[in-house]
Amino acid sequence: MSEEMLRVENLHVSVDNTPILKGLNITINRGEIHAIMGRNGAGKSTLANVVMGHPAYEITSGEIYFHGQPLDELAVFERARAGMFLSFQYPAVIPGVQVGTFLKKSVASVRDEPPKGRAFRKELNEAMGKLEMDKSFLSRYVNDGFSGGEKKRLEILQMLLLKPKLALLDETDSGLDIDALRIVSKGINEIAPEAGCLIITHYQRLLDHVKPHYVHALIDGTIVKTGGPELALELEERGYDWLDAAA
Amino acid sequence: MNEEAMDAVGDYKYGFHDPEHATIRFDKGLSEQVVRDISALKDEPEWMTELRVKAYKHFEERAMPDWGNCNLLESINFENVTYFLRSSDQTEKNWDDVPDDIKNTFDRLGIPEAEQKWLGGVTAQYESEAVYHSIREDLEEQGVIFLDMDTGLKTHPELVKKFFGTVVPHSDNKFSALNTAVWSGGSFIYVPKGVSVEMPVQAYFRINAKNMGQFERTLIIADEGSTIHYVEGCTAPSYSTDSLHSAVVELVAMEGAKIRYSTVQNWSNNVYNLVTKRAVAHKNATVEWVDGNIGSKLTMKYPSVLLKGEGAHAEVISVAYAGEGQHQDAGAKVHHLARNTTSNILSKSISKNGGRSSYRGMLQVMPKADSCRSKVVCDALILDENSRSDTYPTMEIGNSSADLEHEASVSKVSSDQLFYLMSRGFTEEAAMGLIVNGFFEPFTRELPMEYAVELNKLLELEMEGSIG
Repeated sequence: MSEEMLRVENLHVSVDNTPILKGLNITINRGEIHAIMGRNGAGKSTLANVVMGHPAYEITSGEIYFHGQPLDELAVFERARAGMFLSFQYPAVIPGVQVGTFLKKSVASVRDEPPKGRAFRKELNEAMGKLEMDKSFLSRYVNDGFSGGEKKRLEILQMLLLKPKLALLDETDSGLDIDALRIVSKGINEIAPEAGCLIITHYQRLLDHVKPHYVHALIDGTIVKTGGPELALELEERGYDWLDAAA
Repeated sequence: MNEEAMDAVGDYKYGFHDPEHATIRFDKGLSEQVVRDISALKDEPEWMTELRVKAYKHFEERAMPDWGNCNLLESINFENVTYFLRSSDQTEKNWDDVPDDIKNTFDRLGIPEAEQKWLGGVTAQYESEAVYHSIREDLEEQGVIFLDMDTGLKTHPELVKKFFGTVVPHSDNKFSALNTAVWSGGSFIYVPKGVSVEMPVQAYFRINAKNMGQFERTLIIADEGSTIHYVEGCTAPSYSTDSLHSAVVELVAMEGAKIRYSTVQNWSNNVYNLVTKRAVAHKNATVEWVDGNIGSKLTMKYPSVLLKGEGAHAEVISVAYAGEGQHQDAGAKVHHLARNTTSNILSKSISKNGGRSSYRGMLQVMPKADSCRSKVVCDALILDENSRSDTYPTMEIGNSSADLEHEASVSKVSSDQLFYLMSRGFTEEAAMGLIVNGFFEPFTRELPMEYAVELNKLLELEMEGSIG
């Protein structure tokens, strides 16, 4: 019996009174990797942000359920504590706050039991090792002066530490070179078996490393076509114009 | 006498007070007689008595500053201040000999513990005078003098006379005149040539009584090639009526010497904190002011450095936090009087819940001071619509070879930062606390670790329960 992590029903979302999502439906079960592809402006990032609870997005109708629980009752930090995670396309810079401090406080906020000093350091070292991150990261300020690749690695590091039940990955592959792409993919594959994953991407290349079970084409605020990994290849080859009629 | 204290205002955890302990308490109000009585009580040399009286007369004539916060300044009632209160007949060297109530206060403030762990010496001032004082033996053996100012004047009258009032003359401003007239307590430090004091020495200033005036006077002389780090902290009970803290601090850094002076003032929000701090840096000397203003009702304080000798360097790092009902008017002044002198000024302020913070700075390069360099950075963070931040920078540049940089920024916490942190499990308050601590980080990283941890906790507390 599959365990439902995310269910989005007939979701309509506006930003500044402009409708972006127009009746979107998707269900993600535990252990499933879903990829959403689409043009710029189709509403991909909106979906990720609205599921996480960004205050700038207004849900005009429809429902989002996490583990069967309607999300509109949960504040952003409660969603994080419940096991939701968003890997940001553009992670915010927090000047003056060291990565090490931030990670420890974040993990302490999300877990029921705050991490113990030595055990946490061990866990952190292991996770950073997997992502081929140098320890010097820990004393830098969160995303301050980070390259695109460094930012994405820090996002994935957080994901490994927070062990989410639902991971939303918003263009995690953009701006990554081939090595960084491989490393980031390793992180995603590690948590994927126990979680539901929603990968938002423009490109097929991440999907060479992270095998999706379902690929969805998002056009003008709705999913117009769903398929297996072969759909990603087809979208990359043919573009989206052939689907416009379906929107 | 047991005055009623207000419940600690908000989360101000130092707002408790003890029963008043007075072995000698002057009636409220100021006159030439009060000034003479203070001096007589302390059995001072005549020159000091005369200097006090001269300063008192100047105070009487001198107008209030016509800048800063004039309304608040004008509301100070000098007749309602107690100018001298002795709470213990002597300064003890052992905490066990300090009267219980007073000792308990300093225990609660963590001073004896800090002393054991990481300090080279401690002086604890309660109301007008030091109640406890000690210095590590090894420092004493190297000839380091660390005394409360009253004892310093008694035991080293020549040294005091040579430097007292040379950096901050009594006629500098109304409050330096007031301090010179009624000063009591403070620290006197002399570091001999070439001696490096590795562990910081600390002074802690505590006001306990209501309507108290505290006027400590500090003089630090670092002889050639010596170094010292002096740390001070200050707190007071929260009363519904005002108290006045008006200190004068003079630093003299001889050739090649280095003085760092770190302050975290966390006065309760009924204290007027009007302080004059100035240093003279001789050839190749360095003076660093690390100045944190978290408490008080009104602070007006601009740590200054006169770069008098070639190659001297000044560093002023200050932060100000202005919450409800607070005005922090703070900043820095650096005067480049000699060639090849350099300075860095970094000022960071946070305004919240209607608080107001002002940066007031002066950078001066004299015509003969060739090849000077200075960098001034002022950053303000405003946390809500009701709060205010102003910047009043003044530059007087008399030499065209000067290399100057000035940056200023005013920012708000972005919704993207908050959303990012909240998506990582932080509540909105915790997220604010983290952002605010990060904003002050260039300051806190300069503090001894114990102070930095305490300050971070304090700021996190300030962010709680404040977000609607």
